[in-house]
Amino acid sequence: MGAAHTIGVKGAAAVEAPELVRLVEQAKLDPGPPDDEPLYAARRHVYAQSVQGTFRRIKWTLLLFTLGVYYLLPFVRWDRGPNAPSQAVLIDFPNRRFYFFFIEIWPQEIYYLTGLLIVAAMTLFLMNAVAGRIWCGYLCPQTVWTDLFFAIERFFEGDRREHMLADRKKLTLKTAASKIGKHITWLGVAWWTGGAWVLYFADAPTLVRELATGEAPFIAYAWIAILTLTTYVFAGWMREQVCLYMCPWPRIQAALTDEYALNVTYRYDRGEPRCSVKKSELLRSQGAKAGDCVDCQQCVHVCPTGVDIRGGANLGCIQCGLCIDACDAIMRKLGRATGLIGYETEMNIQRRLKGEPAIYRLVRARTVIYAAIIFITGGIMAYALGTRDYTGVSVIHDRNPVYVRLADGAIRNAYTIRLLNKEQEPRAFMLSVAGIGQYDLEIIGEPGREILVGPDQTRAVRALVTTREKLAPGARLNLQFVIIDSHSGERTETHDHFVGP
Amino acid sequence: MTTHDHNIDKVTGTPTTGHEWDGLQELNTPLPRWWLWTFYLTIIWSVGYWVVYPAWPLLSSATEGMLGWHTRTAVVEDLAALNVQRGPLVAKLEAASLDEIARDPQMLEFARAQGRAAFADNCAPCHGTGGSGAKGYPNLNDDDWLWGGKLADISQTIQFGVRSAHDKSRAGAMPAFGRDKILKSEEISEVADHVRALAGLSTERGFNPEVGRKVFADNCAVCHGEQGKGNRELGAPDLTDRIWLYGSDKQTIMDGIRNGRGAVMPHWAGRLNPSTIKALTVYVHTLGGGEK
Ligand code: SF4
Ligand code: SF4
Repeated sequence: MGAAHTIGVKGAAAVEAPELVRLVEQAKLDPGPPDDEPLYAARRHVYAQSVQGTFRRIKWTLLLFTLGVYYLLPFVRWDRGPNAPSQAVLIDFPNRRFYFFFIEIWPQEIYYLTGLLIVAAMTLFLMNAVAGRIWCGYLCPQTVWTDLFFAIERFFEGDRREHMLADRKKLTLKTAASKIGKHITWLGVAWWTGGAWVLYFADAPTLVRELATGEAPFIAYAWIAILTLTTYVFAGWMREQVCLYMCPWPRIQAALTDEYALNVTYRYDRGEPRCSVKKSELLRSQGAKAGDCVDCQQCVHVCPTGVDIRGGANLGCIQCGLCIDACDAIMRKLGRATGLIGYETEMNIQRRLKGEPAIYRLVRARTVIYAAIIFITGGIMAYALGTRDYTGVSVIHDRNPVYVRLADGAIRNAYTIRLLNKEQEPRAFMLSVAGIGQYDLEIIGEPGREILVGPDQTRAVRALVTTREKLAPGARLNLQFVIIDSHSGERTETHDHFVGP
Repeated sequence: MTTHDHNIDKVTGTPTTGHEWDGLQELNTPLPRWWLWTFYLTIIWSVGYWVVYPAWPLLSSATEGMLGWHTRTAVVEDLAALNVQRGPLVAKLEAASLDEIARDPQMLEFARAQGRAAFADNCAPCHGTGGSGAKGYPNLNDDDWLWGGKLADISQTIQFGVRSAHDKSRAGAMPAFGRDKILKSEEISEVADHVRALAGLSTERGFNPEVGRKVFADNCAVCHGEQGKGNRELGAPDLTDRIWLYGSDKQTIMDGIRNGRGAVMPHWAGRLNPSTIKALTVYVHTLGGGEK
């Protein structure tokens, strides 16, 4: 069984190579009964080293963009007229509305959320099929905030080496001060993260003022406290542990991948056997094979989850690409070709070892299917939104009694008619029915047939339809209910039945 | 055989469980210690629950908990909160006259909603959900009213009931003409046919209209009127329309004449608060048959 085929679990892959050999040797000598193995392991602290390069730049850009959107979006205004909130993105629970720029969603339109979730899931799947854990490496809030918290940590406590040394030595006033500074900054960021969260649920400028003056509702403070805590704990303390032990996505994505999906991979065909520059020169001069990996451990040191990617595909690897940057920097210094670590497939490594050309296949069944589902679902949603009705009418027939016989023998059916006005102005609708010969229509509480509905509101009225026509026994007539906007003449209809004895 | 006996995975250096399935082994990765601490923390947290909330059963009760929280008090609090929320509308309802309620769309909607709930709780057992009625229990959706269908009439009936224990109850009963030996069997049969004839229903062969009319005029017209149009003062039904509380077949009509009728509706004044009675009145009035 080839070493690189085994999928390792957890950051244990970061056990450094000589240590690994020693472990294996020791195990051979003394296998020991498995019951003696420790049940719980202490966590190894990851001191991720800073790094420069292409992927780091991409990550900074995405970090600025995503956090910028998150923190600032609630303050973006959007004019919807005098009767509606002017916040571009607002989840208005008390009034049961969701606003997103020009889109306004009512609770009964929650199926848009279903569509959104389908698109989101398929996008994740598609990312995964194209290049592995793009989500994890660049976009996941856990990654983005952890990245930010790492940066803050480095600012206060220095880069990997400095930080490690300080931690190993006794606590001095200086290191204590830098630690306190770090935690205060972390808490500040975490607090502002929670603060931004609640702004999506109420008018942001008003809420900011209320929060400052202590007038905001308790629930707002509670949510800020919860999110401050989770952000601080998850991004400051838990970090890679969230990805390793708490998040379901690594498990799911491992089941979704295939041999063509690009992943951050150590090209061991090129890297092995590892040897120092001197030794490789020597080996090469002798015509023997020498790998390009100089075993400098840079890829391990920059890894935010403490993975040694050279051990093969690893559950702990969130595929952030930082080890690529680290390795490329070394390769450039040595004047060797970059890309010893890169987005690659295991299959291609095997092919190169056999002297065959690499294959990259972006268009394949799964990517096409994922893209098609995204496109179709997105298309349906866009169409539904584009043609969204601003008027609605629905009818519920009285169940008990289904019909009523009046004193003079006339037959009456009663209905609850609900009218929806999704526009921001009050509107009046004329109600009429069709599908029955002679009839009387009475609307309870409305002398005429005109029904007034307030802006962005629904109104239910009780309507009585009575006929003196002779009905066949067991008659069940199809009845049209038509509402016509008294102002614009817009016509909306629905249907129900008129039931006879 | 490979190196599995050593229970160490070569790639990761992690011990394995020693089991192998199709060449795959399961790593025996130890759980992180923080996970264990989290577990202990949840146990401590649960102890907090014991202390704060009612938890341990005692002989005849249970430990109270520090917060004094109780499912019942929680319901009471919820209801109180609801009442505070509804307060202004209820006050408006209390202050308004029935006609004002019927004219104001907002109050009307609120009263109907309140009324529907109160009806389901108190009235539906007899009148049926939706007030559809049953034999002996009037359908409240139609336009035939024994005691009147105006808002004030309905309100009075609900408050004081019909043949109820209340002083102001609506009174008036159909006598038992047969049982009390006021009418003979043949007379009952004739007048029953007469009543059917009044409503335009078929009569039995051999029916003597003369006898029927005379018996009716002598005994029934006092309450039901010469034409059989009924009398709402006495709750005497209109016998000429298409609505029959007990049924329109001759047997049922004869039963009524023979044994009398006198169904009871309880009074609700004193049992339901005034605003609820108002809401019920408006609800029943808007079921369809309400009179202006
Ligand atoms: S493993 Fe989960 S938490 Fe970690 S980066 Fe991926 S999606 Fe985010
Ligand atoms: S191994 Fe490389 S790509 Fe994977 S998490 Fe570590 S640094 Fe990122």
